[in-house]
Amino acid sequence: MDIVVCVKRVPLTEEVDLAVDEHKKGIKKDQLAFVLNDWDNYAIEEAILLKEKHGGTVTAITVGSEEDEEVLRRCLAMGADRAIRIEAGDVSRFDSFGISKILSRVVKDFPFDLVFTGVLADDDYCGMVGMMVAEELGINHANMVIAIEIENGKARTTSELEGGLGEVSSIALPALLAIQTGINEPRYVSILGIRKAAKKELKVMDLSELGISDEELSPRTIIEEVYLPPETEGAQILTGDPDKIASDFVEILTKKGVMG
Amino acid sequence: MSEVFVIVEHRLGEIRDITLEMLWKAGELAQEHSYNVTAILLGHEVSSIAETISDRADKIIISDDEQLKNFNADIYKEIIAGLIEESKPGLILIGNTAWGMELAPCLAVRTGFPLATDCIDITFKDGKLTVQRQMFSGKIFSNVSFSSSAGCLLTIRSGVFPKDRIGDRQAQIVQREFSLKEIPQKKDFIEFVETAAGDVDIAQAELLVSVGRGIGEEENISLVRELAEALNGLLSCSRPIVDKNWLPKYLQVGSSGKSVNPKVYVAVGISGAFQHLQGITGAGTVIAINKDPKAPIFRAADYGIVGDLFKIIPVLKEKVLETRKG
Ligand SMILES: Cc1cc2nc3c(=O)[nH]c(=O)nc-3n(C[C@H](O)[C@H](O)[C@H](O)COP(=O)(O)OP(=O)(O)OC[C@H]3O[C@@H](n4cnc5c(N)ncnc54)[C@H](O)[C@@H]3O)c2cc1C
Ligand SMILES: Nc1ncnc2c1ncn2[C@@H]1O[C@H](COP(=O)(O)O)[C@@H](O)[C@H]1O
Repeated sequence: MDIVVCVKRVPLTEEVDLAVDEHKKGIKKDQLAFVLNDWDNYAIEEAILLKEKHGGTVTAITVGSEEDEEVLRRCLAMGADRAIRIEAGDVSRFDSFGISKILSRVVKDFPFDLVFTGVLADDDYCGMVGMMVAEELGINHANMVIAIEIENGKARTTSELEGGLGEVSSIALPALLAIQTGINEPRYVSILGIRKAAKKELKVMDLSELGISDEELSPRTIIEEVYLPPETEGAQILTGDPDKIASDFVEILTKKGVMG
Repeated sequence: MSEVFVIVEHRLGEIRDITLEMLWKAGELAQEHSYNVTAILLGHEVSSIAETISDRADKIIISDDEQLKNFNADIYKEIIAGLIEESKPGLILIGNTAWGMELAPCLAVRTGFPLATDCIDITFKDGKLTVQRQMFSGKIFSNVSFSSSAGCLLTIRSGVFPKDRIGDRQAQIVQREFSLKEIPQKKDFIEFVETAAGDVDIAQAELLVSVGRGIGEEENISLVRELAEALNGLLSCSRPIVDKNWLPKYLQVGSSGKSVNPKVYVAVGISGAFQHLQGITGAGTVIAINKDPKAPIFRAADYGIVGDLFKIIPVLKEKVLETRKG
């Protein structure tokens, strides 16, 4: 079972005040901490679990800058066999179309049974690279995957639908599966583990090696402007000392008839 | 643009709300710009669904086939790509649902049309299409336009447009047959499984105290559980708590969990991602407790407490117990 996993490094945005950059096309990133996209963390774990069960290899790929190698090293420490970074200059000039063109071109020449992506990247919130790569490669696919079993050259997958319903399908390999959170429990990675994994292969390829024309990569969607959420009325904030807040809390519950 | 396509989503014989919401928005755009609204209905024995939307579209293209009984991205993609080629719609609306998120990107590659996903608004001014969407877990909004193209594909977030009828339309029904045998079947549907059944039903609760990732560790959940118990309410949670296996799936609130409608919903350490908020649209009053004053939950809540839950929850619990004692 040879599995390729597409991963992305994204900023952690929880509990930070995001600020729009001067061109209003993105956010200021210099103060932010970066992590492996949550969905991709589950995807790499799932690939490693399948490898442990069925043998084979796991390759992690990212289209990104040198700094993004940090997430590839994490994947190697988790148990991936090798990693590839595609150096493509300023990645923010591509939309998901472009990224999926690049990824599919790299993956195409690989021997693989499965390609995994996350359902969604936490930064752009597009949720489309996975299925686009599948379509570019012309291979079978499933989205929102929360369970995988390999049997007789096929993957039996469960896709999560709205309202807690699961759709079970059988898919012939090779296939691309977009992985949803909760499919497994991603393993812990220690600093030591990351240091040890430094010996593993991390290959850098240049976009120009891939022979994709600029025309093919030109964005089809254009971010005109990004901005902070419009002010809405929002919640009435309870203020005062803790005791006062607690009294107000109880008063609201009483008024709404749930303290009886 | 003369025509807007709306891809009808239905499941187990029922039309999904997202379809009505997309038809509302398509209808609004059509009124302003005199387009036609065409609903694409692929399925099996779908006449009652067609009936439901017959006064919301100008045309309904129906393909009724046993093989279309369940959604299948490969077949949908081929049929819709063919219809797009035929009619050249300027805009194609698809639900930003599990199914729509599989179909739309494939269709985009297949047709070469630009795609914007998870749109929360669409404007069309001076011949230029712009959509509004969110990034970074809803903390940033963006306006997105498109490179020149014969048409654009958009997926639409659930719950942002009304389900009401807009304008008065009388759909012409067009039945179509496609030779589905020629379309390679890549995925075999096996069955639907219920992933969220349990012994308590949070959908019935009058009061829910819901715990999110802000709780940090599994052991800390007891803190929130105790508040729920003091209030005679039920404990529920956001998705990451279920993903970590800390609580069972049937306690999850949100688009991929349960929709709840308690009189009061208390959200503890939950940021307010739209998938979570989609589960609480039926809640009477929402009280959010979060240490980040910018958390999106405060835009959706009626009341907010800004602060560290570990300091606040014990005080709330004591006050509740005290009040109950009288
Ligand atoms: C297809 C799909 C379906 C999904 N379905 C669902 C769904 O059904 N339900 C759902 O909930 N999510 C769902 N999600 C996930 C959703 O996008 C969010 O990731 C999730 O809701 C975040 O959960 P959270 O608010 O608990 O965690 P976070 O977003 O991590 O928020 C934690 C919050 O806790 C606060 N906090 C941290 N420490 C403290 C403290 N000490 N005191 C007070 N506050 C603190 C932080 O400020 C933060 O706002 C879905 C996602 C996808 C892609
Ligand atoms: N630059 C990238 N490099 C590698 N994989 C990516 C990249 N961008 C997106 N992906 C993959 O595509 C998934 C969905 O991303 P998106 O469509 O951007 O929301 C992510 O979870 C990744 O698996």
